[in-house]
Amino acid sequence: MSYVWTLGEQFEGKLRGVSFELLARGKKLAEELDTKVCSLILGHNISDEDLEELIQRGADEVYFVDDPRLADFQNETYSNVISDLINQYHPHIVLAAATTIGRVVMPYVAIKVNTGLTADCTQLEIQPETKLLLQTRPAIGGNIMATIKTPDHMPQMATVRPKSSRPLDKDPSRSGKIQRIVLKDELVDTRAKVIEFRTDDAGFVNIEEADVVVAGGKGLKQAANVKLVEDLAKQLDGVVGASRQAIDRGWLSYPHQVGLSGKTISATLLLTAGISGSIQYLAGIKTCENIVAINNDPEANIFGVSDFGIVGDLFEVLPLLTQKLAQAKK
Amino acid sequence: MNIIVLVKQVPETSNVKMDPETGTMIREGLETIINPLDLYAIEAALRLKEQHGGKVTAISMGPPAAMKALRETMAMGVDEAALVSDRKFGGADTWATSYTLGQAIKEMGEFDIIMAGERATDGDTGQVGPGLGAWLNLPVVSYVAHIKEVTKDSITCDRLMEEGYQVVKAPFPVVITTVKEIAEPRLPTLRGNKRARQTEIPVYSTENMTVDVGSLGLKGSPTKVVKIETPKVTRSGTLLKANSEETIESAVDQLIEWLKERELV
Repeated sequence: MSYVWTLGEQFEGKLRGVSFELLARGKKLAEELDTKVCSLILGHNISDEDLEELIQRGADEVYFVDDPRLADFQNETYSNVISDLINQYHPHIVLAAATTIGRVVMPYVAIKVNTGLTADCTQLEIQPETKLLLQTRPAIGGNIMATIKTPDHMPQMATVRPKSSRPLDKDPSRSGKIQRIVLKDELVDTRAKVIEFRTDDAGFVNIEEADVVVAGGKGLKQAANVKLVEDLAKQLDGVVGASRQAIDRGWLSYPHQVGLSGKTISATLLLTAGISGSIQYLAGIKTCENIVAINNDPEANIFGVSDFGIVGDLFEVLPLLTQKLAQAKK
Repeated sequence: MNIIVLVKQVPETSNVKMDPETGTMIREGLETIINPLDLYAIEAALRLKEQHGGKVTAISMGPPAAMKALRETMAMGVDEAALVSDRKFGGADTWATSYTLGQAIKEMGEFDIIMAGERATDGDTGQVGPGLGAWLNLPVVSYVAHIKEVTKDSITCDRLMEEGYQVVKAPFPVVITTVKEIAEPRLPTLRGNKRARQTEIPVYSTENMTVDVGSLGLKGSPTKVVKIETPKVTRSGTLLKANSEETIESAVDQLIEWLKERELV
């Protein structure tokens, strides 16, 4: 059986959204290959409802390796478990999310099971004549799109950019098999130990997986004005991002940074204010679906990649926009 | 403490110009630089050495011209450098690159930490550091934002994840990949420059490394590039001027309409 596998992710026992995004990808590929899609989950204390949701959103089978030693992500143990299952079941395709988990565990597994891996793909399709997986990804800061295949090794593996696909709607009529797998002791690597997990401030953001990001840059002029961006983000149910300029000035902490030395985002809506759009910044936002820019310089690069631009003073535009959105809600 | 830092030479893309006709990057005249994200790893390595003693060795796989990047690391304070270079290494994907680097590192003797930037700005994969860890069967702590504690046989770091920081303690030897938050890179010094010019940098090739020739370069790479396309980056967006009370109000209203049409509000 030529399975397609997707590596689901959990955080503190709750499935992360990328698990469902991957299934949407995996199901489409599995249909083209006339095979099944299986979601693999490593963790502990995951509810039956969550596992069932994987079936409802596309999985034909769920393999859940359930053990307290898998509650926290630990690269070596996770890699051992995934490699062991690959060697046992021989899937043809393995997809994972290009997250801080997927981007380290998958390259590790690729070496262990002796196959290729393509990073951070935004398109996946089956080549009709060869049935091989065509893996397309942005490189050089999004300036090129490279299509890659793994012709002579199995499985064909790729990490997929978060938010680059939408989860399938829940279909309660779907049924599938949930198989619980016991962790083999010999696969547990105790060298690196997870001590604790913490967020430094209440404003810790997961901008890579946010639907709406409102980002501010140098044009905010000072830390106090970050509030303008925060207020708008609140109205749009979004999170706050920032250009490197704003981070390096200490206005916001590093996890907010978008761009080459920060995060790459694929938000449904990105609204930028006071960001001119350096090449490095643009590299981080090219796969956003809708980009709105507010900047006082009509020549700013950001307008070249925007779907909607306002040439104006952000100190006037942002408060008015926030206020009108608030009114519209009432 | 012996630290090996992985360094890649990449095209300088910060001053890159886009062709307005095609929306693609103009590559002519692009200089090469140290991968900007490697600078954070180099800085973190230098600080560890300053606090705990030992030495920092930079290693780069690439054409002979990558010697320039290695000399730049020495100008920053790196003690030694090694170039991994051979025509047979050309066209390697991340699998073959991490294999080759691993074989070179095996020739270089004992070390405590291999440090790398989170990814290179040209390939954008971030796979070589973790892949190298797998080849050498070492624990990998990726996306490290802070180093909390170092003992004689272990390191404790904050690993930046989507929801926060995972604090991980790992024994030596270990592979660490770093993010920008870890440290502000220092500039090269004149003295460093002078030393960099005067130091002989050894080259590892198929002549002096134990390698399986079938695992090298383009031929040894499991992944193959099918095609490269240059997407048009420009979008044909609405652009409104908002420079008076009326036009600001109108621009904001139109934006809200636009957001509504797309069901974004």
